Amino acid sequence: MSSIGAIIRKEVKELLTPSTLAPILIMAVIFAMIGNLASGVTAPLAEKPTIGLIDQDNSNLSRLAYENISENSKVIYNGSSVEDGLVVVENESAMALIVIPAGFSSDILSNKSGTVQVYWEMRGAGVLDSIPLSTVSGLLAGMDRTISASLMGDHPSTDPSVVLNPTKVNDTTIFKGVEMVGISPQTISSVMANQSSVVPLIVVMVIIMAGSMVITSMGSEKENKTLETLLTLPISRTSIVFGKLIGAAIVGLVMAVIFMIGFGYYMLSIVGSSSIDLAQYGLTIDAVGFILVGVSLFLALFAALALCMILGIFTKNYKASQMMTMPITFLAMIPMFLTIFSDFDTLPTGLQIVLFVIPFSHPMMAMRNLMFGNTNLVLAGIGYEALFCIVTMFIAVTLFKKDILLTGRVKSGRRKSASPIASMIKGLIARKS
Amino acid sequence: MYAVEINDLVKSYGPFKAVKGISFSVSEGEVFGLIGPNGAGKTTTLRVLSTLIEVTSGKVTIFGHDLVKDAGEVRKAISYLPEDAGAYKNMTGREYLKFISRFFHDLLDSNAMVDKAIAIAQLGERIDDKIDTYSKGMARKLLVARALMIGPKLAILDEPTSGLDVLNAQEIRKVIKKTVSEGTSVLLSSHNMLEVELMCDRIALIDDGLIVETGTPAELKRKYGASNIEEVFVETVR
Repeated sequence: MSSIGAIIRKEVKELLTPSTLAPILIMAVIFAMIGNLASGVTAPLAEKPTIGLIDQDNSNLSRLAYENISENSKVIYNGSSVEDGLVVVENESAMALIVIPAGFSSDILSNKSGTVQVYWEMRGAGVLDSIPLSTVSGLLAGMDRTISASLMGDHPSTDPSVVLNPTKVNDTTIFKGVEMVGISPQTISSVMANQSSVVPLIVVMVIIMAGSMVITSMGSEKENKTLETLLTLPISRTSIVFGKLIGAAIVGLVMAVIFMIGFGYYMLSIVGSSSIDLAQYGLTIDAVGFILVGVSLFLALFAALALCMILGIFTKNYKASQMMTMPITFLAMIPMFLTIFSDFDTLPTGLQIVLFVIPFSHPMMAMRNLMFGNTNLVLAGIGYEALFCIVTMFIAVTLFKKDILLTGRVKSGRRKSASPIASMIKGLIARKS
Repeated sequence: MYAVEINDLVKSYGPFKAVKGISFSVSEGEVFGLIGPNGAGKTTTLRVLSTLIEVTSGKVTIFGHDLVKDAGEVRKAISYLPEDAGAYKNMTGREYLKFISRFFHDLLDSNAMVDKAIAIAQLGERIDDKIDTYSKGMARKLLVARALMIGPKLAILDEPTSGLDVLNAQEIRKVIKKTVSEGTSVLLSSHNMLEVELMCDRIALIDDGLIVETGTPAELKRKYGASNIEEVFVETVR
């Protein structure tokens, strides 16, 4: 083999390791998962939307509108009561209740746009959640075209501007029991996306940065051979673990505050330019809510650091520690993507479980859940995060007392030994028995 | 009471036995040398005694404290200097010594410990420079000073003069001897046979995880008809 060939072979062997391939594979899985989720959400676009439809005008134009909408949708309620219609729409998980009110036709014929009242049933506030509702907007556009054609043929004296735009829509969005008059789901989605994407971004950045600090600290301790001295000092291993974690948590919280200040200015500009204020619909978080978000954020940070400490125990040097941050990065990114693109309630059960099990998800979902009164899910998340912290801390402290901290792995003879975690569990079982 | 008492110590890494059942004791105020070829189990033994790694089987006591059950008390009594030890490079020499002294503030005065360490290290004004800028020899002197500044009851020194030139090595040996005269027991490992012969009251030769010979340098030389410990070493491990 030529000299350059030898170098290429050595470089490839050194760089193409399971630890370099794993992040790429995980990334591919995440993209596939999100793609699958998106296809699931956008699938209804190919189907006729399910709606409730009420004609209170009973005129030629309203009947024309009614027939046009009926032809292009699956109508599950066609009675006359808005209240009953809303109940059916909610129970049948339909998208909207369209009401053609009395005076619809007379308004149009007197050169005013006819009003159509649409009650939207919004299921989730994620970016992808409002996409299926666009099929209902398509229905209304089709209805407009039909009425325009009718006006041109049967009422040529109508004001051209009304012929072009014969109807206007009055939106009322119902989301998680909250009725918001005058706002479309798309508007709510975009405002909430702006507001609720801040926390996931902060969580991801803080977890990645603080987590990598813990792992690289362990890698550096091992590479610089300072760990052995530290471990022989008169201080318990538990204190060493807690000292390292609390130090990193303080730095992590300082980072979070700095990020929050930065994002606060960003939010001011976003909210300032927004046409609606969700607070007027009661969609706001009180002081207790903010405390819960803070607790959830702190526990997520601590859980991440404890997890990083465990990963750090397996690192042998600084270079290896760089790769070890990848699993944490991806664990933080999965819930970030999921919570931005979709609501917890609208996710398939499998993804809901994934989202709940990852402790970093909970502060990301907390603000939106608190806004809509889903406090129990936030409290359950905090409880789970606390449990996760306790378990990971216990594992970290246990591993800190094991040879694996210095050896990196259990050395084996002929056959490959069990994984370090398995060895630790076996050791604990043996000790108990 | 013995400073160190080891009975049938075994240390395994999975199926690999690094130490295969060794027994020896170190008396108070004694300098005990552990010598042997590479991979014989010297460092593993020292790491076990320093509470760094777990005992597979056997019994070890340090000043009467059981190594497994009473590791906290053992750590108060010992000071371990690993062969390839490092210090926190972002600290200055003085900061590093202060950092370590804080772990012993219940036992001794921090400032006195740091002053003693500075006197041992003999780094002059460089004590206030970042450790990152130190030569290998300077860093080693700082680490030896760190190990001895607390006046430990037992100093476990793995290759204490590793990386030092002849003059500095001699200086460190003097410091160790002085520490012993103040009441410290020493368990050291070294590849430098002259150093072992000069410093140790007794020696154990370890090979393939087993102690093959124990005695004073004079006894061992007499037994093997050797003129120095190096010849004894070669004879025993051949």
